[in-house]
Amino acid sequence: MMADNNGVDIKIEKRAKEDRFQAHDYYNIDELLSEDHLLARDAVRTWVKQEVSPIIESYAEQAKCPMHLYKGLAEIGAYGPSLPVEYGGGGMDEMAYGVIMQELERGDSGIRSMASVQGSLVMYPIFKFGSEEQKKKYLPKLGSGEFIGCFGLTEPDHGSNPGGMVTNIKDDGDAYILNGAKMWITNSPVADIAVVWAKDEEGKIRGMIVEKDMPGFSAPEIHGKWSLRASITGELVFEDVRVPKANVFPNVKGLKGPLSCLSKARYGIAWGAIGAAMDCYDSALRYSLEREQFGKPIGQFQLTQKKLAEMITEITKAQLLVWRLGSLANQGKATPAQISMAKRNNVNMALEIAREARQIHGGMGITNEYPVMRHMMNLETVLTYEGTHDIHLLITGMDVTGLNAFK
Amino acid sequence: MKLLVCISKTPETTTKIALNEDGTAFKTEGVQYIMNPYDEWYALVRALELKEAVGGSVTAVNVGSAGNDTIIRKALAIGADDAVRINAEPHSSLYIAKQIAEFAKSENFDIIFFGKEAIDYNGSEVGAMVAEFLDMPFISYANKLEVEGNTAKVAREIEGGVEVAEVQTPFALSAAKGLAEQRIPNMRGIMMAKRKPLKVVEAVDFEDQAKAVAYELPPPKSAVKLIDPDNMEELVRLLHEEAKVI
Repeated sequence: MMADNNGVDIKIEKRAKEDRFQAHDYYNIDELLSEDHLLARDAVRTWVKQEVSPIIESYAEQAKCPMHLYKGLAEIGAYGPSLPVEYGGGGMDEMAYGVIMQELERGDSGIRSMASVQGSLVMYPIFKFGSEEQKKKYLPKLGSGEFIGCFGLTEPDHGSNPGGMVTNIKDDGDAYILNGAKMWITNSPVADIAVVWAKDEEGKIRGMIVEKDMPGFSAPEIHGKWSLRASITGELVFEDVRVPKANVFPNVKGLKGPLSCLSKARYGIAWGAIGAAMDCYDSALRYSLEREQFGKPIGQFQLTQKKLAEMITEITKAQLLVWRLGSLANQGKATPAQISMAKRNNVNMALEIAREARQIHGGMGITNEYPVMRHMMNLETVLTYEGTHDIHLLITGMDVTGLNAFK
Repeated sequence: MKLLVCISKTPETTTKIALNEDGTAFKTEGVQYIMNPYDEWYALVRALELKEAVGGSVTAVNVGSAGNDTIIRKALAIGADDAVRINAEPHSSLYIAKQIAEFAKSENFDIIFFGKEAIDYNGSEVGAMVAEFLDMPFISYANKLEVEGNTAKVAREIEGGVEVAEVQTPFALSAAKGLAEQRIPNMRGIMMAKRKPLKVVEAVDFEDQAKAVAYELPPPKSAVKLIDPDNMEELVRLLHEEAKVI
């Protein structure tokens, strides 16, 4: 054992040799991807094997965030890869963004969350709704990892119903006075800036950039999570915070602002979940061929084969779903409802595969010798955040019936 | 400095090797390919470091068909300035070496980099052959390279120690582990690679002098036999009669 810079004991020898992950591509979906998608995918896959796999079990076990990976994610280009280069992005398309998220989540949903939040929930709204000054001031620093960002929409009493938020701003000359609190905010305790959504005096939702040293602003950490343990989560508390008007997004009013960011992030999650599912399947498949009971590999038993066959079937379906969604997104035609369907389906698919894979691993499946239980615990969060499993169902329901079942 | 890095395409390291029915060729169906790691991790990266230190350019060259373009593009994404693909099936070391030498002879490269071997057929031949065609010195298994002006010091591991050679440019070397550290291309590099030139040139006619006529796979590993610790006689008998090691 040795401790690294973040004070985390790393079992390097033990973990480093164990990432034997091999990707599975049952329907040759690689043939549908372009050269730069494949290069991006393989680059991130290599990065995850080198930087994430050797340490992730230790960090997750000790509920510590691998802070050095914020910079590493920036170096590989995982923040806002589909934003233009001049604003700190990578100039890639949505399909590339998808495969990057898939590979990050193959490592860990918490690491993918660090990148999703920075890219889709912080850089994207500044790019989409921000003034030119805001873009120039913040985007390059966010893209390079010099700044860490977070996104404040959810409140203690307003999760699935963000429109009911109570966080508010009041006009005070050249600034607004911000009051309220946000909850379940990925990155918040370590963030340099927060993109915060609050109601103005007319009850319209406005977006703004709050900087960490603004008086009255604090971001306490939420402890005790059994999920996304390697990702840091906190609150945002605003007590009469003076936010300069220059920090408010000029180009958006209403719930469509934050919801469009969530569509971006959910799109990435639909891809990411496949990564977690693949890692569980890959580990289960290998284990089933190595583990013997009754004198033969457990992979030779019908009930194990049923699990494995269903897993690869579901992964393949999910891959086709996001490939089509990615094609639509590249044309700017992916609807929020289509994204909801993919997020819901793929995350649930990944969680079920994690549970089945855990069973194939027997008792070993509950240990950190294998990645399965970590993915399973992570996916419980992913099932709920960025629109719960049930809410996404109602979005599809509303989309096909035209009738709103939310209220 | 004008630097050339020769890259080859090899099966991914976890590929399950199979042969065609008459054992004359490697079965390529379903095989995933990568850039040969010795070319990518050591030869290419050391060339890039050198360029970053003293200026110049890094060209990547590959002998192969259009299917190799993804691998060539990766070399560009990691940082090569331009690339050339010599359009031919690379069927032997000599053939490949001839093609590279024909391309390189009029280009005046200062150093030509190779990986110490390709991880598929493990020939370790192309570098030396190219150097011979071009009549330049060749140093194999280099794990350290320092250049000052036209003089280079190249260290190579030898049995029980290190050998340091001094050589004048132009020369060729093959890169071993330690020459550089692997670089992972980032997203910006991948996008920039799309705009870098990848020139395709036709191969020259060249007759192979030898050809591979048969391949064999090693015998499959037999199952482990567990012998009771009390039964030493049986262990000795098996080692003697079956394993034939005592």
